[in-house]
Amino acid sequence: MNVQNIINQIEKVDPEVYEKLDSRRDVMKGFAKASGRIALAAIPLALGSMFQKAYGQSNTTLIADTLNFALTLEYIEANFYIKGVATSGLIPSPEALAALTTIRDHENAHVSFLRTAITSLGATPVTFTAAQFDFTAGGAFADVFSNYDTFLAVAQTFEDTGVRAYKGQAGNLMSNNDVLTAALNIHSVEARHAAHIRQMRKARGANVKPWITGNDSGIGPSVQASYNGEEITTQAGVNIVNIGGFTISSAAASEAFDEPLTKEQVTTIVTPFFA
Amino acid sequence: MLFKTSKHHNPVETLAENELKAVSRRNFLGYFGGAAALMATAAACKKDDAPSNTGVNLGSGDTGILNYAYALEQLEAAFYTQVALTPYSGITAAESSLLTDIRDHEIAHREFFKAALAGNAIQALEVNFSSIDFSSRDSVLGTAKAFEDLGVTAYNGAGKLITTPDYLVLAGKIVSVEARHAALIRDLISNGSFADSTAIDANGLDLSRTPPQVLAIAAPFLKTALNASNLPTS
Repeated sequence: MNVQNIINQIEKVDPEVYEKLDSRRDVMKGFAKASGRIALAAIPLALGSMFQKAYGQSNTTLIADTLNFALTLEYIEANFYIKGVATSGLIPSPEALAALTTIRDHENAHVSFLRTAITSLGATPVTFTAAQFDFTAGGAFADVFSNYDTFLAVAQTFEDTGVRAYKGQAGNLMSNNDVLTAALNIHSVEARHAAHIRQMRKARGANVKPWITGNDSGIGPSVQASYNGEEITTQAGVNIVNIGGFTISSAAASEAFDEPLTKEQVTTIVTPFFA
Repeated sequence: MLFKTSKHHNPVETLAENELKAVSRRNFLGYFGGAAALMATAAACKKDDAPSNTGVNLGSGDTGILNYAYALEQLEAAFYTQVALTPYSGITAAESSLLTDIRDHEIAHREFFKAALAGNAIQALEVNFSSIDFSSRDSVLGTAKAFEDLGVTAYNGAGKLITTPDYLVLAGKIVSVEARHAALIRDLISNGSFADSTAIDANGLDLSRTPPQVLAIAAPFLKTALNASNLPTS
């Protein structure tokens, strides 16, 4: 990517771009400094924040806070899978180990990516270590790393909650297209993970599908808060059941749309997983 | 009319065509001259610069994006409706149940957009599934995978084009279900491929595509041409 070309193009439209960016030298110096630290993929985010500063939109704090919230959730997931994959005797088959390793690697990548993005916005990413988590949730899932079914149940809950959490935060990212798109690109990966974990549980006898039916977790009351609200069958005032004269059951109507959770709802759900 | 006859829809051809059109425009201007000709040329150039401006107009702004989503959901719903009507040979009860669920989800999405768009909704689109062998598991699941992955990238790419927060949330509610479909279909083809490196990049991100990129991939499956030239681009 030739950054100078991009700025030159902007200069054609807005001759004062350099004044708005302080000065050409400062821009390029700042960018060169930043690009030494950040991953190549995050350069569009860095550019976005550079121009955002120049053009006076002051949503950077909201965006950084939102990304730090997402980063916190990614730390939970990453540490959970790191420990699970490393626990000998927990995961019973090579196929399952491969799938969970893939998911672990994605969550680790999300941590790195979000840290880079937050740094490029001029903010400070939060940091968590393994010792800060309690995946038994104070004893609610006491055998999480010795009972494979408990492990998968917690995994499903984390993934489904993650999908709902990102969905609930999208609106806070609308002022930065690059950040919004990156968050959406993580959001759908979490949904892919959720679908696979659900199929893994299904293969072991759990009554679940890759999608969420009603507000049924297929796990039990301990995780109900992560599923409440998924049962709705009306979207933007439109009733989805039997819509347009087609036979659409209330189960299918609820499955067809995943629902968001607020930051407060998610925080309540994940708080027990901090030591 | 001079310009209409030279109109092409293939983006590769369009590049070369632009050279020819530039010459045509100069001839056109030289022949007529004067302000009236300039105005006419301006109108013609405007048309030239949007080579895909025939077909069903998706519209502009958020309405255009919702119609874009409606078009994709029409395609998916039509596909799974046919899959359910003519199950591939050797389909298992579990596969049939899952594919029927997906059909219902896609119909729900399609009918939702139709109802939400009301008078602004585009017409029902005619599909072209001549390249799909509905009796073949490989053909059906391969197409399903392509459609689901495409849907995910389409919604991911459209998010930033939406200006109304409620519509962004609605798109988010749907895209994660499409991603669940994509993961399941991939696992049916090859267990464990739900989020492999053909779909997910080194940063652990799904991909996103612009409307023109998506519609170019979808076009062979649609008899009805779509005009996306008024959709927002940023």
